Amino acid sequence: MATTESPVEKIKAHSDYLRGTIVASLADAASGGLADDDTQLSKFHGFYQQDDRDVRADRARRKLEPAYSFMIRVRVPGGIATPEQWRTLTEIAKSHANHSLRLTTRQAVQLHGVIKRDLKATIRGINDSLLDTIAACGDVNRNVMCSPLAELSGVHERAFEVAAAISEHLTPRTRAYHEIWLDGDKVAGGADQEPIYGSTYLPRKFKIAVAIPPQNDVDIFAQDLGFIAIERRGELSGFNVSVGGGLGMSHGEPDTYPRAAEVIGYCAADRAVEVAEQVVALQRDYGDRSNRKHARLKYTIDDRGIDWFKRELAARLGFRLEEARPFRFLRRGDSIGWVRDHRGAWNLTLFVPQGRVIDSDEHRLMSGLAEISKAHCGDLRLTPNQNLIVAGIPDRARIGTLLDEFGIAELQAVSPMRQLALACVALPTCPLAMAEAERYLPELGAKIDELLAKSGLADEPISLRVSGCPNGCSRPYLAEIALVGKAPGRYNLFLGGSADGRRLNSLVEENIDEARALARLDRLFSEFANRRREAETFGDYAQRSVVESS
Amino acid sequence: MTSPHAALPIPEAGILELRETVRGFDREQLLWSSGYLAGLANAAEAPRGAVASATTPDPDAWTILYATETGNSRRIAESLAQRASESNVKAKLEDLTNVRPRLLSRLERAVFVVATHGLGDPPEGTEAFFEFWHRDDAPRLEGLEYSVLALGDSSYADFCEIGRRLDTRLTELGATRIAARVDCDVDFDDDADRWSSAVLDRARRDSDIAAPARTVLRAVPSAVSRSHPFASRLLANQRITGPGSSKDVRHIELDLASSGLRYLPGDSLGVIPENPPALVDAVLKATGIDGGTTVRLDDDSVPLAEALRAHREITALSRPLVDKLAARRPAVSAILDDRDRLRELFRMHQVIDLLSEWPARWGAQELVDALRKLPPRLYSIASSPDANPDEAHLTVAVVEYERFGRLHWGAASNFLAAGGHAIPVYVEANEQFRLPADPDTPIVMIGAGTGIAPYRAFVEHRREHGHRGDNWLIFGDRNFASDFLYQLEWLRYRKEGTLARIDVAFSRDGSEKVYVQHRIVEQARRLHDWLERGAHLYVCGDAERMAGDVNDALLRVLEQEAGLSPERSIERLAELKAGGRYRRDVY
Ligand code: SRM
Ligand SMILES: Cc1cc2nc3c(=O)[nH]c(=O)nc-3n(C[C@H](O)[C@H](O)[C@H](O)COP(=O)(O)OP(=O)(O)OC[C@H]3O[C@@H](n4cnc5c(N)ncnc54)[C@H](O)[C@@H]3O)c2cc1C
Ligand SMILES: Cc1cc2nc3c(=O)[nH]c(=O)nc-3n(C[C@H](O)[C@H](O)[C@H](O)COP(=O)(O)O)c2cc1C
Ligand code: SF4
Repeated sequence: MATTESPVEKIKAHSDYLRGTIVASLADAASGGLADDDTQLSKFHGFYQQDDRDVRADRARRKLEPAYSFMIRVRVPGGIATPEQWRTLTEIAKSHANHSLRLTTRQAVQLHGVIKRDLKATIRGINDSLLDTIAACGDVNRNVMCSPLAELSGVHERAFEVAAAISEHLTPRTRAYHEIWLDGDKVAGGADQEPIYGSTYLPRKFKIAVAIPPQNDVDIFAQDLGFIAIERRGELSGFNVSVGGGLGMSHGEPDTYPRAAEVIGYCAADRAVEVAEQVVALQRDYGDRSNRKHARLKYTIDDRGIDWFKRELAARLGFRLEEARPFRFLRRGDSIGWVRDHRGAWNLTLFVPQGRVIDSDEHRLMSGLAEISKAHCGDLRLTPNQNLIVAGIPDRARIGTLLDEFGIAELQAVSPMRQLALACVALPTCPLAMAEAERYLPELGAKIDELLAKSGLADEPISLRVSGCPNGCSRPYLAEIALVGKAPGRYNLFLGGSADGRRLNSLVEENIDEARALARLDRLFSEFANRRREAETFGDYAQRSVVESS
Repeated sequence: MTSPHAALPIPEAGILELRETVRGFDREQLLWSSGYLAGLANAAEAPRGAVASATTPDPDAWTILYATETGNSRRIAESLAQRASESNVKAKLEDLTNVRPRLLSRLERAVFVVATHGLGDPPEGTEAFFEFWHRDDAPRLEGLEYSVLALGDSSYADFCEIGRRLDTRLTELGATRIAARVDCDVDFDDDADRWSSAVLDRARRDSDIAAPARTVLRAVPSAVSRSHPFASRLLANQRITGPGSSKDVRHIELDLASSGLRYLPGDSLGVIPENPPALVDAVLKATGIDGGTTVRLDDDSVPLAEALRAHREITALSRPLVDKLAARRPAVSAILDDRDRLRELFRMHQVIDLLSEWPARWGAQELVDALRKLPPRLYSIASSPDANPDEAHLTVAVVEYERFGRLHWGAASNFLAAGGHAIPVYVEANEQFRLPADPDTPIVMIGAGTGIAPYRAFVEHRREHGHRGDNWLIFGDRNFASDFLYQLEWLRYRKEGTLARIDVAFSRDGSEKVYVQHRIVEQARRLHDWLERGAHLYVCGDAERMAGDVNDALLRVLEQEAGLSPERSIERLAELKAGGRYRRDVY
């Protein structure tokens, strides 16, 4: 293992608690971008420098710098937002971003296309609505996920509180964020402190989720740290703790790989924050700071062994985790449509194609949701699968009218496969994208729908996930069918993930085009329709017939 | 060749050396130096006569004074001096930027070649001379014999304004006109020749020496010139404004290999254009004449369409056409009598607008005679010859716009943008717009739009030669996202340290319009510091608005940061100008 620190470590260390030269970068009118080092630090403040890749080559020919703009990720712990907050985000998207909101796979919202001179106003606007962007990205704990429909049982409410407490506890303490964006007063030298992170923060991003069985909508096995709610007599008793999940990998680098988390024990509910802090601290001290491709918790654990990890954690906590409790996940994804909670209120889970909230030729989702947020007195919840829940609706009819009026109702009529399908953002904004994903899913989905219908599988809830590159932002390695981008129009095909999200899928074909992928799926669908076992899912069938038999 | 400075006690090379030595001196330093030299002279006990001859003009000599900005007047004046010496007429050449206005009082014979610039303004650097002689209390000039050649462009309402006013004024002051003034349009060669001959005839008679019978072989210009352009190949033609831009600006690269052309940063390239084919068609349609009709051009006979394509100006309006039309159309003749309307006519209309709005029966020959020769266009060279041997780069804003329901084009810019042709070019030197001689001298480059072109040459050149002087660019245009010309290069230069600083002003990005002059005022302290460090200032681009606004901003900087009174600031700026530290190339 190399011993020199990665360049990002130096940037963090010299950044004076994430300040870097961001203020000077913002003031430099000659470029739409930031100084190189600041593009690393900006992530901790919640935004990424991007450029419109569709025009990159053309602009270079014109001797113009790339069309830089910024993606801002708004942190929404547990995904719960007020209608006012939603309206603010809509307004900001129209005035400062590209007229869209992007719901993410981690219950957050992204704004794309914010130009440099609007950054400050945008971030301030977000903070004015009592949401924020700090630590939405960067080498820190990210947005803490939690199954969003808390009202479905009494357990959920407490679970959400724990998620919020963890989020709060692990938020960086540096004043740099306030100072730069909210015009806070400069703190005198040395006054900043990061009691949990220290001045170089974590070696890499860190992700936490709280899941409530039997729903695994948060994809708990993709997380660095997971809390699986355990219920006793209708109350939350505590959590099974899972560690070491993570999906990112790089093509052709076998030392990088997706890894499903493993459950290492159980803790009482009121110990969850402590456990989270100590797992984070452990990763802070032992994570690899020389190689960013080997710096996630999953590698720390694989390098030193799970037993070492458990011992080290117990030492830090001063107690051992208890034996894990039995639990069972039945589903992933969101249940699209109306559902009544234990208090009798209505909740509507809306299918949002690719998580992209916009007004288009076919529908006016963005305006419609803004209108609904005016009429609505409950709250709005972002799901872990890029959808939106209108929660706690007293008057179903009023909302129904608005859905019709804005063409949103029509959008809901999609196959179960499409309801579950995920695509990451990819082109044109994601700098790492190798192939299309978000823009491609509608077309691909329609073609796969046809194939499924042909084999009589139109109602089969098969999970399809597309990522523009192997980083796996749509969590493709946990899907029953996944396409992972390699080059424009070329993908690696993965098959065999389990429906409950516990088993990773496997690479079955490399670098293939759409025709080849569809032909393969077509054959498999008809085989599956003819040969499936009782209640067998497509993922399980593919696992036994393709993965294990090869 | 006989030196035009033959009357001077120091050979021309010596004078040039002296001038080089004192380049960059401010007024105070110059005055001190003159005293220093006078001291040396006393010490050397120079013979009195020699000194006197330097200061007292030879009454027999003809002084040829020129006022130029883009070099045409200088070239005509030089050629006249050459012809004079070949005819044994004593003549002395003077640049009006260098002479004290009062010199005129001591002359008996003076001929002027003066251009008009701006909107009826004198060429850069000659303002003081004209102001002096137009003052009410200007001295009488009874003893003076003179003639004026006025250079101009009849697509401006104030055609040859400076030459005309000078001519009138000298007569008013009692001077005697020895040959009629000639007003030259942009195709000035023939008119200038005619005037020069008239002046020389008179001079020869005067000097009592019969014109020598020998025939002087005028050097056949082997080198490329305006009349013998080089057919260059287009190497690159790349739009450099973004797709959303309101402007189409091209980066053009031309191949000069084997042309023998040499240039320095600051020079311009002359381009001999052809008119857009669509415009030729439109003119033929508007006049209803058959393009195949043969017309006479000088000694040639060509089809009308060919004459309109390659030989006559059919974009910018010029005076003869307006005069011809006025003779038939009272509406047009009324405009001629109203200066404001005339200005407006020239500002807003092209040839095609007149032909369409006031249709008339035109004969093919008549039309061709009413149009002036298609003049070359100048473009600042945007490359360093040393960084790009055998190439010249240009930054060309393509003129294309709609008005009166018609599409309009600019001839040369579209000729270049259309590409594919051999592009006839020549080099137009501009000694007024040069990098400082000292490689360590800091420079501040202020420009808007295509005014950035020579700065690309400057910075490339300084980088190529490892010059260490700091370079500061202040650039303005409409939109940051699409109009930051050569942005990638500037950012690269800044990153590597070649550019010390970039300030930009984009007028159409925010709610308020921000221009380069605002940045200058914002950076007043820094700019003043740079000036204190000996920085040279350059201004390039739009003459109509920017140049004046920048000048005002600079005055403000001097008032604010140097604590000078408004009057003193004006003087100080003039001193900077005189010392070669404030140079402008505006068009
Ligand atoms: C928006 C989102 C995808 C979506 O369509 O919803 C997303 C988008 C991006 N992800 Fe992601 N990731 C998103 C969830 C994920 C997930 C899923 C999850 O967390 O449940 C993963 C896999 C789980 C994991 O982390 O292992 C994921 C693994 C990555 C990686 C690979 C990390 C690794 O350990 O190898 C990168 C690249 C990196 O960090 O170097 C990445 C980087 C990125 C960036 C920021 C690209 C970059 O670094 O410049 C993408 C921005 C694209 C854009 O234009 O918006 N993203 N990213 C998700 C935002 C989540 C959030 O709100 O915070
Ligand atoms: C020293 C010098 C340096 C120069 N450097 C450059 C340079 O680096 N880059 C550059 O692009 N140009 C430069 N120019 C200007 C250039 O020489 C031409 O004048 C310009 O390109 C237009 O020429 P054209 O033949 O395309 O248009 P023309 O055929 O000359 O037509 C121009 C005419 O169109 C009309 N017109 C143009 N625009 C409009 C409008 N928006 N509204 C109404 N009427 C309009 C006017 O009547 C104008 O006279 C420079 C000029 C000088 C003197
Ligand atoms: C920016 C600019 C403005 C001009 N303005 C006028 C003008 O107002 N009136 C005029 O008659 N000619 C005008 N001209 C034309 C010049 O006088 C003409 O090109 C002349 O040949 C230049 O002579 P020079 O090279 O000696 O400076 C202008 C030329 C330029 C480049
Ligand atoms: S998976 Fe790759 S392409 Fe898709 S959003 Fe993540 S980083 Fe970008």
